[in-house]
Amino acid sequence: MSAVLFFIAAIGALGGAIAVVTLRNPFYSVLALVVHLVMLAALFLLLRAEFVAAAQVIVYAGAVMVLYVFVVAYVGEAEELAGGNTLRILGPLIAVALAIVLCIAMLGSGLAGIKSKGAHYVLGFGTPRQIGTLLLTKYLFPFELASILLLVAAVGAVMLARRRRGLEPDEEIRRRIGTPRPAYTGTMAEAAGERGGELAPAPRTGRQPVVSGAAPDEGGW
Amino acid sequence: MAPTTFAWPILLCPLVGTVVIALGYRRLPGRSAGWIGTLAIALAFGFSVATLVAMLHHSPSHRTFTSALWNYDVSAGVDAQVSILVDPVSVFMVLVVSGVSAMIHLYSVSYLTADRGYSRYFAYLNYFVFSMLLLVLAGNFVLLIVGWAFVGAASYLLISFWYRRTTATGAGLKAFVINAVGDVGLVLATFILFKHTGTVEFLKTFRRVPLVFPHDSTPLVVACLLLGVGAFAKSAQVPLHTWLPDAMEGPTPVSALIHAATMVTAGVYLIVRMHTLFEQAPTAADVTAIGGGLTVLIAASIALVVTDLKRVIAYSTMSQIGYMIMGASVGAYSAALFHLMTHAFFKALLFMAAGSVIGAMAGSQSLDRMGGFRKALPFTFVCFLVGGLALSGFPPFSGWLSKDDIIDFLNHRGGGFVILGVLGYVAAFMTGIYTFRMIFRVFFGAPCEEARELEQGHLAHADVPRNPMTGEEEDVDVGFPGPGHYIAEREIPMKVAMTALAVLALIGGALQIPAVDHAISTFLSPTFATSHLYRHEPSTGSAWLGLAIGALVAVAAIAVAYRVWIAVPGTATRLRERFAAVHTFLFNKWYFDELIDLLIVRPALWFGRMADSVLERVIVGEGITGGAVGLVRAGSAAVRRAQSGFLRYYAGLMVIGLFAVALYFLVSSS
Amino acid sequence: MAIGWYLVVSALIFCIGAAGVLTRRNPLVILLCLELMLNAANLALIAFSRMWGGEDGQVFALIVMVVAACEVVIGLGLIVAIYRRRLPIDVDELSELQG
Repeated sequence: MSAVLFFIAAIGALGGAIAVVTLRNPFYSVLALVVHLVMLAALFLLLRAEFVAAAQVIVYAGAVMVLYVFVVAYVGEAEELAGGNTLRILGPLIAVALAIVLCIAMLGSGLAGIKSKGAHYVLGFGTPRQIGTLLLTKYLFPFELASILLLVAAVGAVMLARRRRGLEPDEEIRRRIGTPRPAYTGTMAEAAGERGGELAPAPRTGRQPVVSGAAPDEGGW
Repeated sequence: MAPTTFAWPILLCPLVGTVVIALGYRRLPGRSAGWIGTLAIALAFGFSVATLVAMLHHSPSHRTFTSALWNYDVSAGVDAQVSILVDPVSVFMVLVVSGVSAMIHLYSVSYLTADRGYSRYFAYLNYFVFSMLLLVLAGNFVLLIVGWAFVGAASYLLISFWYRRTTATGAGLKAFVINAVGDVGLVLATFILFKHTGTVEFLKTFRRVPLVFPHDSTPLVVACLLLGVGAFAKSAQVPLHTWLPDAMEGPTPVSALIHAATMVTAGVYLIVRMHTLFEQAPTAADVTAIGGGLTVLIAASIALVVTDLKRVIAYSTMSQIGYMIMGASVGAYSAALFHLMTHAFFKALLFMAAGSVIGAMAGSQSLDRMGGFRKALPFTFVCFLVGGLALSGFPPFSGWLSKDDIIDFLNHRGGGFVILGVLGYVAAFMTGIYTFRMIFRVFFGAPCEEARELEQGHLAHADVPRNPMTGEEEDVDVGFPGPGHYIAEREIPMKVAMTALAVLALIGGALQIPAVDHAISTFLSPTFATSHLYRHEPSTGSAWLGLAIGALVAVAAIAVAYRVWIAVPGTATRLRERFAAVHTFLFNKWYFDELIDLLIVRPALWFGRMADSVLERVIVGEGITGGAVGLVRAGSAAVRRAQSGFLRYYAGLMVIGLFAVALYFLVSSS
Repeated sequence: MAIGWYLVVSALIFCIGAAGVLTRRNPLVILLCLELMLNAANLALIAFSRMWGGEDGQVFALIVMVVAACEVVIGLGLIVAIYRRRLPIDVDELSELQG
């Protein structure tokens, strides 16, 4: 019975992962990730990690992914054009190679417990009570640090996304982007003399930069 | 009181003098820098006399004293301390040096009054006297080299004293470079001696040399020849002599002090001090003697034709030093030092008198323009005459006794040295001629314009100051001679100094009259106790015969000079036309300058240019540094391409790295 | 099922996430793939925790979840800021930090 459940969850997780990577529309990718996360929660349950599975669904799939959905809705759907650079082919190849190596490493490692179904089950393994005890005794310091990390991230997010003076008109932004850069704020490439202080050159796909409204020879941004 | 207690202050006084003048040069009022300098040297002379008196209290065989202040370089095998050696020779030398220097300082107080560099001059002059005294009092090779180098530096500073004159700075450089050649010789000789004897102290070296070196062994001959190179460079002997005539660019008192009385005698002092070595390596001694002999003749011949007043006296110095070198090389140590002393007196006197004449000529030094100063400069004339007679060896002046002392010894030693003795007489004849050529041309004949003006009581002044050699226009600001011209008749310090020296030039010979007294040789004999040549005194008879011949030669020379320049006017011009080729050869100073230019200067310049354009620019500039730079640039450009700015490439690199690490661990653990 | 199966699944999810990071150009999707990789690590941790019988791995996985959340927050904040500047949301275009 558990084997069947395992296979269903595993295939679901893998399928969700592949869907995240391959779907064009980022919204669909987000949804695929939600599915993946739920499947992963199932796998956690199979491994008797009750609390972590619950946290996964509530926190990860429930909060973080909702955040993602909001941002994807705000940012909109950027259609990606197919590009012909080497990494599109090489990337998956490298990933496959890595997978092979990792599998060989794990399965051929001679670790005794890999073949077993796990240690002898102790009642209360994976319960909130056990996790809570650990968090407040043995792992108190990481627990507190994690909370500080969350605080820092929250502050950082607020700083990054805040507006300065209300909504800025398009002309303001174009002017600010188009003004010449002050001294010594160029890129290292400019300093090395390989690119004169002009705007970013056309990318390898030949697309024009979006800031084509500003005069191209007024310096970068 | 031990003599060394008085000897250290001899060094201290000029050192303090130079420091005080140098530090206070802006604040010292008027001519006080000159008086401070003169006082310092006078004190040094006082201490020298005190040292002499203290030394005379000891018995003659116990008159060698050393004293060390602190360790200079006492380390593995080397035992160099700051030590002085006080023995009869060094006391003799410090007396001569400090005495004559005091007179020249006194002379300079008036002579350079209007010069804007007055204080600097006296700082340099005191520094020079300090260096010379250090050289003479040094008790080991290291301190000798220090004094030697300092003297060279002081000479450079003083020759190019009027530093805005390009002729003066060029002359200073020439003197310094040639002196550097001599320094190399001296230092290499020290190395060779130290390697074999294991010590740098003089007394220890002299004791060990006869034990360590067999008679005439090659290392010792080489060391003595190198010492000879040093001596020849410092004393301006052929072939390292070309700097001395050019050194006349310095002020006249400088020429008097450095290039007549003291620095150029350092070579003679060196050979006399190292007599133990030279006696153990007679080959080297013979070489230096021949060198001295050649110089005597060559310099005298050039002095016959040059037309610059100071340069005649300079070549005369070269010639007389040649006598001293000859004497010191063959064993006539006391005779050489005796001639050194008398030469200091009359040569300094000659230069001082020449300075007075040049002052009357408003800076011009050309014999062609001078004439008939007898009535205008009577005191100067008398001094010049006294000096000239002493130089020519006219009895009873000091030069007569000292020069013939040397020639006597040469003849007495016999063998090939008799040739040198005959050369000595020939050169003495030429000496008389050129000396009186000078005297007759300057003081006799129709008075030149400046002389006539001076007879009216008006000292000539040039409208535009000019370089006496090239005629370039100058000004009178610092770096060029000052606007004042001074003659002995009008300045009391100059008169006092010249009178003192004139008296000494007249009666100085009385210290060593054969068969009458032997003050000098007796005084010096403790230093030469181990010398086997020192005892070879010529017999009294041959000494008086030599003196008689010398007197005859001098009289004959004066007579010839009189005939050529006074009695039959125009003889000089006719002789010059008849012997035009010889005249040109002598006038161009035997083409030594051209030879050195061809053999040494041009290859050196070529090498320098080649080093700059090939070695420096191409190999080092473009090859080594440029190559390193290019390599770094290329390397960093290659590495920089990994920083593409594309996020996915960075991620790709990370994944590849992870893959490589996992693979490595997989492989290494299997 | 034996623990090894879970580990293989974890490795596969990790590599799928890595491939996604290397191939996609939308930074949002790249962040999603990053989440995949983090989750794969979580799975491995939980599996090992089951193998050893201690809950340490689970605590670690919780902390990883916290870190992932923080990272997502900052990343999304950056993307919003970039979008506000009217720049293209394309990691190939945003390549000024180079040289």
